[in-house]
Amino acid sequence: MSTAIALAGNPNSGKTTLFNELTGARQHVGNYPGVTVEKKQGTCITDTGAFDIVDLPGTYSLTAYSLEEVVARDFLVNERPAMIVNIVDASNLERNLYLSVQFMEMGIPVCIALNMMDVAKKRGIDINIDRLSELLGVPVVPTVARTGQGKKELLETVAARAKQGNRALKISYGLDIDTALDEMEAEIKAAGFLTKTYPARWVALKYLENDKQILELGAEENKEVATRLAGIVQRLTSHLAATQDAHPEGMIADQRYGFISGVLKQNVVRYAEDRNRLQQSDKIDKVLTNRFLGPIIMVGVLMGLYNFTFTYSVLPTEWLEGLFGWIGGMAEAALPEGLLKSLIISGIVDGVGGVLGFVPLIMFMFLGISFLEDSGYLARMAFMLDRVFRLFGLHGSSVMAFIVSGGIAGGCAVPGVMAARTLKSPKERLATLLTVPFMNCGAKLPVYALLVAAFFAENQARVMLILTLISWIGALLVARLLRSTVIKGEATPFVMELPPYRLPTIKGLLIHTWERTWQYMKKAGTVILGISIVLWAMMTFPGLDDTTLTQFEAKRSAVTDNVSPALLNEISAAEGDDGLSEAALAVKEDLLLIDGEEAQAALKNSVAGRIGVALEGISRLAGFDWRTNIALVGGFAAKEVVVSTLGTAYSLGEVDPEENTSLAQRLQSAPGWSPLTAFSLMIFTIFYAPCFVTVVCIARETGSWKWAGFSVVFNTALAFGLSVAVYQAGKLIL
Amino acid sequence: MVKINLRQMQVDQTGTIASVKADGELGRRIRDMGLVPGKEIKVQGRAPLYDPVSLRIMGFTLTLRNNEADHIQVEVSQER
Ligand SMILES: Nc1nc2c(ncn2[C@@H]2O[C@H](COP(=O)(O)OP(=O)(O)OP(=O)(O)O)[C@@H](O)[C@H]2O)c(=O)[nH]1
Repeated sequence: MSTAIALAGNPNSGKTTLFNELTGARQHVGNYPGVTVEKKQGTCITDTGAFDIVDLPGTYSLTAYSLEEVVARDFLVNERPAMIVNIVDASNLERNLYLSVQFMEMGIPVCIALNMMDVAKKRGIDINIDRLSELLGVPVVPTVARTGQGKKELLETVAARAKQGNRALKISYGLDIDTALDEMEAEIKAAGFLTKTYPARWVALKYLENDKQILELGAEENKEVATRLAGIVQRLTSHLAATQDAHPEGMIADQRYGFISGVLKQNVVRYAEDRNRLQQSDKIDKVLTNRFLGPIIMVGVLMGLYNFTFTYSVLPTEWLEGLFGWIGGMAEAALPEGLLKSLIISGIVDGVGGVLGFVPLIMFMFLGISFLEDSGYLARMAFMLDRVFRLFGLHGSSVMAFIVSGGIAGGCAVPGVMAARTLKSPKERLATLLTVPFMNCGAKLPVYALLVAAFFAENQARVMLILTLISWIGALLVARLLRSTVIKGEATPFVMELPPYRLPTIKGLLIHTWERTWQYMKKAGTVILGISIVLWAMMTFPGLDDTTLTQFEAKRSAVTDNVSPALLNEISAAEGDDGLSEAALAVKEDLLLIDGEEAQAALKNSVAGRIGVALEGISRLAGFDWRTNIALVGGFAAKEVVVSTLGTAYSLGEVDPEENTSLAQRLQSAPGWSPLTAFSLMIFTIFYAPCFVTVVCIARETGSWKWAGFSVVFNTALAFGLSVAVYQAGKLIL
Repeated sequence: MVKINLRQMQVDQTGTIASVKADGELGRRIRDMGLVPGKEIKVQGRAPLYDPVSLRIMGFTLTLRNNEADHIQVEVSQER
């Protein structure tokens, strides 16, 4: 039998480091049921026994306000682990004990791992461990998670003490509150009110703390008792308001801190120096968050992160593309012409390639962000930028997601959406997730490049700048709009710790990066493959009917019948155009022209094509004909597909997004195209539905397909509205 | 000894928290982080746009927005 242990503690106390130290590779990451909070589980086998360890989310308290706190609390209550191993940061003892006290009040056995002993020592903080243990009535084991020091003693202590059980800690909250608590506890015990799951006094405390979750549970369990309890709370509240101008909720927190400082004052801690003295970290902050230097350095760091992510991922991405190109080539050679071949190459190989193609990008992005997060700099960025982002209902930490998504043109919304994980405030996080796809990601750039080459060749740089500005302004304004409509609500309080700067460990960074990347591959992968096949089918079926096919065959025969077999042999033998005679080149061109027409006809007849044609009536308002419509449908697979699909729709065959000259010339002379149409299409491209890989990630990160669907419908509607406005206004003016 | 609002404190000024008037989620978060009456604080710095503010309390650094700081009254030794 293994013993269930929960690791819990404040953020940044070294919880994850200790968890990795204890479980090594025997761990796996999942989610708590129904929410997107990560759940890490692992096992640890020692001479003294085996332990199942769950790493609870880091929290400062156990109220029901944040998702993390609810998750941690529910786990402790419902799963009843044999022991809570509470990681306490020794260099920040007083605040960390605030959470410890709440664990002890729950009545689950607690063992304190007094971590960061090295840091405490360096800062001249001397802790009398035996005295602390005696006063709190729980075992306390000093550790340094980073080096593994104290790990053995910790496990021995846990093994010895886990089975003993623990009496819940009873703090005095002052005469008024204590009296009310006693009265409520008696009521609760007598009625057996919620006592199956929660200790009676704890329920009473939560009633006084006005805890939403417990109040709701209580109302369901027994209305009558709930009302009586509420009555006692009401009486106390008015009494406290009248006599002390205070609120029970506030007084309870005050008294908890009072209890802690009472304990610490009994010769538990000695500070060799003033503890608010400037630490190393504060000196660094004087520079890094300086009014003038701070923002400049921040821009540098953001550019650095951006370059790091997108430069170093190029090579592995190319290898992967090469690999998939090679597999595609093998399939191309091995399989007979036909639907199966098309499915395998365009549907499956491209689909899997599409999933894996993002992996290097995601890995490097998370490596960069983990570094900034673990070092403590991310919190400083949020601190410096909060004033700006708050205006739009976002949070200082949103900047990361925006930059990675293409705030500096050329990013990618897939890692961008995932970067929003660093945001702890739910509403701001959702608004960020939904607006980052407006940034100009690397896949939109070939579309702009094509249109710029065709219509704005002289003003290339200026147009790109304008597009970048439009996407930022658009994203921020939409965020504001969302935050005052569908994601309405008060800003989540910013009250946040600025952790001391620390040099991250390589091991920590790699584990962090790998976990997140693996989750992407496992979870998003399957869905993305499925959708990729569906999109392939939409662009392929139902294909051309037999009469049309025969017509194209006939056209081809008309060309080939008039030329000698020798010439035909020459064409099929040659690779590319090299060394072909002029006559052969001419024939080959004629044949390619027919191939192009056939591909165009097939595309127009496909499901996607029919949608494009059917929508032409409305899309004309924005200046788009059916060809553009199909290309935009294709762009749902990946934005650069807009270019290759446009190529097919203009009978040029599939156009390589990197080489757009022929298509650009074609567009210049095509009827219905003007600089205004091109601009309208660029606006549409910025704002319309994110590519489906991003959509799948939005679903994963929000934990609901509802928001993913919202982003498809809302963004497309918004994009259409904007391009119609641009196009119609432009027509009036020009 | 005078009581002033946390927002009015200067960088590097120290004081003792006299009262915290916020309730609900904000009040809870403020208190959870140790901003309770009787605690000593020191204003560490302000963001480039003067908001949020960063404080030193119980040996660690904490940030909060000015409109959140408004709920906190601090006793300081003298007006500076
Ligand atoms: N000097 C020192 N550093 C430590 C110790 N334990 C952890 N760290 C470092 O402290 C930082 C934070 O540790 P984490 O394990 O990520 O902390 P956490 O509690 O999981 O934090 P969250 O992931 O934010 O919840 C990392 O850079 C660790 O390397 C320790 O005992 N001594």
